[in-house]
Amino acid sequence: MIRVEGLTKDFGARRAIENLTFDAEKGEILGFLGPNGAGKTTTMRILCGYMPPTSGVASVAGFDVVSESIEVRRRVGYLPETVPLYPDMSVFEYLKFMADLRHLRDGEDRVDEVLELVHMEERADGYIGNLSKGMRQRVGLAQALLHKPEVLILDEPTIGLDPAQVVEVRNTIKEIGRERTVLLSTHILSEAQQVCDRVMIINKGHIVAEDTPEHLQTRVTGAQRVALRVQGDEDGLSDVVEGVPGVIRVIKSLEGGVEFETQAGQDVRPEVARAVVSKGFDLLELKPLGVSLEEIFLQLTRDEPEPPMVEGEEGLDSESDSEKEEEQV
Amino acid sequence: MRNIWTIAIREYKHYFASPIAYILAFVTFLALGGYFFLNIYYTTQSGGQAPPPGVDIVTGLLVFLFVFICPALTMRLLSEEQRLGTLELLLTAPLRDWELVVGKWLGAFLFMLTLIAVTFIYPIVLNLMVKPGIDQGPLLTGYLGLLLVSAVFLGIGVMVSSFFSNQVASYVTTFGILFVFWWIIRITSQVVGAAGGGVLTYLDFSGHFYNTLLGGVIEIGDLVYYLSMTALTLFIGTMTVEMRRWK
Repeated sequence: MIRVEGLTKDFGARRAIENLTFDAEKGEILGFLGPNGAGKTTTMRILCGYMPPTSGVASVAGFDVVSESIEVRRRVGYLPETVPLYPDMSVFEYLKFMADLRHLRDGEDRVDEVLELVHMEERADGYIGNLSKGMRQRVGLAQALLHKPEVLILDEPTIGLDPAQVVEVRNTIKEIGRERTVLLSTHILSEAQQVCDRVMIINKGHIVAEDTPEHLQTRVTGAQRVALRVQGDEDGLSDVVEGVPGVIRVIKSLEGGVEFETQAGQDVRPEVARAVVSKGFDLLELKPLGVSLEEIFLQLTRDEPEPPMVEGEEGLDSESDSEKEEEQV
Repeated sequence: MRNIWTIAIREYKHYFASPIAYILAFVTFLALGGYFFLNIYYTTQSGGQAPPPGVDIVTGLLVFLFVFICPALTMRLLSEEQRLGTLELLLTAPLRDWELVVGKWLGAFLFMLTLIAVTFIYPIVLNLMVKPGIDQGPLLTGYLGLLLVSAVFLGIGVMVSSFFSNQVASYVTTFGILFVFWWIIRITSQVVGAAGGGVLTYLDFSGHFYNTLLGGVIEIGDLVYYLSMTALTLFIGTMTVEMRRWK
């Protein structure tokens, strides 16, 4: 659905994104994760035909974003970071206007449908200027969904929403993502973890990592951590655990238990459980501890003066020497 | 075509939802009504000495008012889209840049058309008062001229509003350009005379109206001039919008 190859965009002397290559399939929710100014918005703008790239090619649904821009725009639903709304129009008028621009034959019905989808049907006749931030965000989302786009590009869709709305919007996105392609940018890591099938971490215009949220965790740490709790006395527990094959080491002792590290891709919990029980401990809990995406993120985007990695390595290439302005485009 | 119409209708409706259109219409009709009354009054007072007023008392004044009205109608068209960030919405909708610019212009032009249509009441009244009726030639060409002049003025306004995200800047700049092309060039061309005067006379907006259309004369050159100026301004406006994509 989305193919991007060697995408580079310069704004004057500033390079916003450099040599991005990725793709997204139908029915996939791809998360675009990165700090402000990493190039998320720029990439999205290129993909929805707003601006041409400096070099490289990008295609959406088989159409080139530069030479077949109109075809691309027909198939993309886009929610920019600052939700583009006319405050002096009513919600219905606004959506009807967009439906007309998209030549929808059943325009008014579609408007009613999307309003229902974002739970805004009661405010259809209200002026956009009077809506709260969260409601505006939802109207923006409704606008992006109007024409049942094959590809949905959402730039920070949950920003400014209250927690209940965040959950709601995330569920909506997940639902849509089942049959369509969704490209979603966020700097909230837990959001990427919850919503996305695949996460791409981007920093200073480079992709620093791309994988499923689960794989990213094991790949970065190279090990899995497990917390173990027992009832009563925990003396000698560390030695028992360390004696189990596959366990690398005990990291620290917790209250009523220990935390240990095992080799990646190997679940040793049954062995550990047996060993612990056979030594007379009352096993209460054996829980795998995912390294949070936060840690991965920090690890990947930390400025380390490393030489650029070889291509195809999805390297930890970060340019600490360049003092680029972190500007929101 | 459909996209142009969608954009135009939205703008047209917007004028009636905002106070600015009513203020402009009020001022226009006040000025026209006052001027009309004074002319009629003067003629009747002179006891048949003064010749009856022609339709140029309406068209002549109206075209002068356009210099003030048109910038006010166009100042928000593209500037506001940039300020609100909705330009991004329109530029990512399946809509060509020129369709957006022409649609904006058409919306303003339709409003002007409405305004001009309402002023048609004055020639009708005049026709009833003057015997044996007013001269039909200047009536038709005068109104044709009004349409052409407003087309150019609105074109300039749309072009300028693509430059700025600030409405006041749009108004002032558009007004400045109209002021220069409507009066300054006319005066300069008269001062300069033959040397370069020809070029200036050609550039002068008002000459193409006052010298011919106002008096009932149609010259193809004037029509070409106004239409090509409109096309040029809309072309520049489109280029500016397109350049915004690169920033």
